[in-house]
Amino acid sequence: MQTNAVDHHAHDEHHHDIGETKLLGFWIYLMSDCILFATLFATYAVLFTNTAGGPSGKDIFELPFVFTETMMLLFSSITFGFGMIAMKRKDVAGLKRWMYVTFLLGFGFVAMEVYEFHHLIEEGFGPDRSAFLSSFFTLVATHGLHVTAGLIWMVVCMVQLNTKGLNETMETRFQCLSLFWHFLDIVWICVFTIVYLLGVL
Amino acid sequence: MFGRLTLDAIPFHEPILMVTMAIIMLGGAALVGGITYLGKWRYLWTEWFTTVDHKKIGVMYIIIAFVMMMRGFADAIMMRSQQVLSAAGETGYLPPHHYDQIFSAHGVIMIFFMAMPFIIGLMNIVIPLQIGARDVAFPFLNSLSFWLFVVGVVLINLSLFVGEFAQTGWLAYPPLSGKEYSPGVGVDYWIWALQISGIGTTLSGVNFFTTIMRLRTPSMPLMKMPVFTWASLCANVLIIISFPILTVTIALLTLDRYLGTHFFTNDMGGDMMMYVNLIWAWGHPEVYILVLPVFGVFSEVVATFSRKKLFGYTSLVWATVVITILAFVVWLHHFFTMGAGANVNAFFGIATMVISIPTGVKIFNWLFTMYRGRIKFTTPMLWTVGFMITFTIGGMTGVLLAVPAANFVLHNSLFLIAHFHNVIIGGVVFGCFAGFAYWFPKATGYMLDEKWGKRAFWFWITGFFVAFMPLYILGFMGMTRRLSQHIEPQYFPMLAIAAFGAVLILCGILCQIMQLYVTFRNREALRDVTGDPWDGRTLEWATSSPPPFYNFAHLPEGNELDAHWYQKERGETDQSRDYQPIHMPKNTGAGVIISAYALVFGFGLIWYIWWLVAIGVVGMIGTWIKHSFNEDVDYYVPVEEVKAIEEAHKARVAGASTKPVTNNDDEDEMEVEYAN
Amino acid sequence: MANQPHQTGYGDYIKGFIASLILTIIPFYFAATKSLPTTTTVIILVACAVVQLVVHLVYFLHLDRSEKGMWNSMSFAFTAVIVLILIAGSVWIMVNLHDNMLL
Repeated sequence: MQTNAVDHHAHDEHHHDIGETKLLGFWIYLMSDCILFATLFATYAVLFTNTAGGPSGKDIFELPFVFTETMMLLFSSITFGFGMIAMKRKDVAGLKRWMYVTFLLGFGFVAMEVYEFHHLIEEGFGPDRSAFLSSFFTLVATHGLHVTAGLIWMVVCMVQLNTKGLNETMETRFQCLSLFWHFLDIVWICVFTIVYLLGVL
Repeated sequence: MFGRLTLDAIPFHEPILMVTMAIIMLGGAALVGGITYLGKWRYLWTEWFTTVDHKKIGVMYIIIAFVMMMRGFADAIMMRSQQVLSAAGETGYLPPHHYDQIFSAHGVIMIFFMAMPFIIGLMNIVIPLQIGARDVAFPFLNSLSFWLFVVGVVLINLSLFVGEFAQTGWLAYPPLSGKEYSPGVGVDYWIWALQISGIGTTLSGVNFFTTIMRLRTPSMPLMKMPVFTWASLCANVLIIISFPILTVTIALLTLDRYLGTHFFTNDMGGDMMMYVNLIWAWGHPEVYILVLPVFGVFSEVVATFSRKKLFGYTSLVWATVVITILAFVVWLHHFFTMGAGANVNAFFGIATMVISIPTGVKIFNWLFTMYRGRIKFTTPMLWTVGFMITFTIGGMTGVLLAVPAANFVLHNSLFLIAHFHNVIIGGVVFGCFAGFAYWFPKATGYMLDEKWGKRAFWFWITGFFVAFMPLYILGFMGMTRRLSQHIEPQYFPMLAIAAFGAVLILCGILCQIMQLYVTFRNREALRDVTGDPWDGRTLEWATSSPPPFYNFAHLPEGNELDAHWYQKERGETDQSRDYQPIHMPKNTGAGVIISAYALVFGFGLIWYIWWLVAIGVVGMIGTWIKHSFNEDVDYYVPVEEVKAIEEAHKARVAGASTKPVTNNDDEDEMEVEYAN
Repeated sequence: MANQPHQTGYGDYIKGFIASLILTIIPFYFAATKSLPTTTTVIILVACAVVQLVVHLVYFLHLDRSEKGMWNSMSFAFTAVIVLILIAGSVWIMVNLHDNMLL
């Protein structure tokens, strides 16, 4: 297969384009995920006063706990960002280090959330207690499930980093994961504001 | 071990179902036997099931759409006949619990498993060709979307023979669809068939949007895209934005049923009106998802068969964009009577009337395209003219229903049923048939038999009017929807006429089947050798029929509207320059396998077989992750292969003795300058 | 993505982080202490959330008006409009329904 310099350049452009295409596609998927969360927020907004004699937000939300979760997620956004800077420099060891830290922070977030849910369910304030609790659990747990999916994705990417090295495909994947991770932090801003902070007023 | 699945799930005591099951099993056995006898399993797996080629995926979507149309139509015939019998004083043969499943399945099948796949199938076949691309942006996701859709088809068909279907209507409103009032598996079949295929649809939306935005041939700006592509772009935006709403709403109902939450229950703070609100926030954009692409089809067909460039391209594009945005501010018109106040009803009523305006703009654009054109009444053109008349009437009844006060009288009467069938059949179905007839040669390499196509059209359009105009009258007379027992005798005459209309439509469908048979029988005479049988205007007609698997040897020039037409005029259609190796994706079975696990997952959830659910989840995620490790996903088509294919096509065209169906007279070469 | 219009270095992430930190501490403080009237607190909470959202979009997601970010920004703007319509529309409808249906 004879390829001259022009074709080689076209080939590189073509591959560069593939990465851009994947990023646009993933971004558009994130837009659909925005609507998914919007529907959950709308449901929460309509149902949160329907406590059916059970507890309201004021009774069950603990702000220091939520603040800690928020800090974990915010820090994890920065550490992920630092990982991406390392990746741009092709510093694979640096990328891995920051990914480990991000994973731990994310895992800590999910662990705290599971603890909160477990505690509430034990007290009889599970999602089947009232419409308010149904919508609270569903909204927050959907976010938590997304974070969990992100953590699994992180693990898979790290394994692939070891087996494939940092090629174009892996770079694009990390960029997509980066978009996903920051998007989840954005959703969390809406969650802690609308659910927890407004909930205790 | 098997959850709540027992042998009782099989409807041994329902003769209609048992006979149907026997026929299907025999037919299925014959099909499987035939494939085995001909030794075609390997071929089917490597060439069709694992394909990532958008053209083949599109064909598979449309085949299934036609098959499901048969089932949906069988439901319709059963409903018409039961209603006629009941109005005549008979008990009929369908007790309520059966009839209610039929009208529920009819709606679900026609919308989700007939109209949607037909549209997505057409988009699959046509869009990459129209924009000069070689495939969609994410070929593997395309395959996955298709197979997830197949899982939905399997589940809803399984519900016929194993268990039951929902008796709630196609949108399954709670509390009726909740655990308390629908404890059986019917609503769960509904949930998982829609949820699983819905994920596929959302992925398709992302795929096509990205394809149109990123994979256009480099010289084609957005405002030079064919109208079908524009319409599809907007429809895919609607899919991306609206389907997550459906996903969440069904998920909330699922949580109510499986975990005892209280989103839509009667007690503990549930609010079933929120379900109605959310499901229609999806449901209204959904009908635009169906109708915008067919507006695109009509635009292409009208221009081609008036032999005249489309009037008002810019206004058509803007009208489509406006409809896309307005589609999100009208949804309450589906539940004017639920109890909102006058202000809310007035807002949505006015918004609904406003949204009819851009559609009107389009109708005028098509009419002005036809005006002083050299019109050829081919089958696609017949469907298009039929659409213009039928859809306009349906649209007008829609504007009538948009008046909240009128809606209070007519909501859930047969007037409503007549209206939405008017716009869906007159719009979507006629459009699908027009698109099918128009692009069949491109996809298969054969022209459809015109005679039987025209007969099918006349039966369909006459049948439609005979079947549905009486329903408008019945609506005014006060007959409500979804009745099956003790129907007022005064409704009998209109119901009888409507039943006859259904028979006429049946004749139309038989003509379509006949058309396919005759086309197959006469296929050599019907061959489309040139790839451009209609003397088309857009880039898909610049390829052979069917196109080579890579679509274009060289990415075409697309920097003008009707690029192919003007390239023909200027004699620029020769593609035989230096060939380059072409980058193509490899086939993969991952989509099939993930979907197979999804089927296991869904079936397990329906029947409470939790270990099956676990296998499904692990299988889906595991296969997805495994696929992500696969680096062998693409290849380069060598120059020699491209050259061989292109030269073969050239030779066939040169040696062709068949003229295209439409002739290319000089007096046809009128170039029209519209005042802009 | 080495030829991004502006180089994403530590600067962006640090700036974004500090801003986000402040925009998180403020609402938590006022919500926890309830030292201001409720309406004022609500405004502060919502305002801080919106600004922090923008901070994340600009500093972490690099959303801008460059050629590369154009389609991302436009699609996000469109999505945001639909999100608002969906949430505000649903609340308006449901509140209206409850009023009229005496729920």
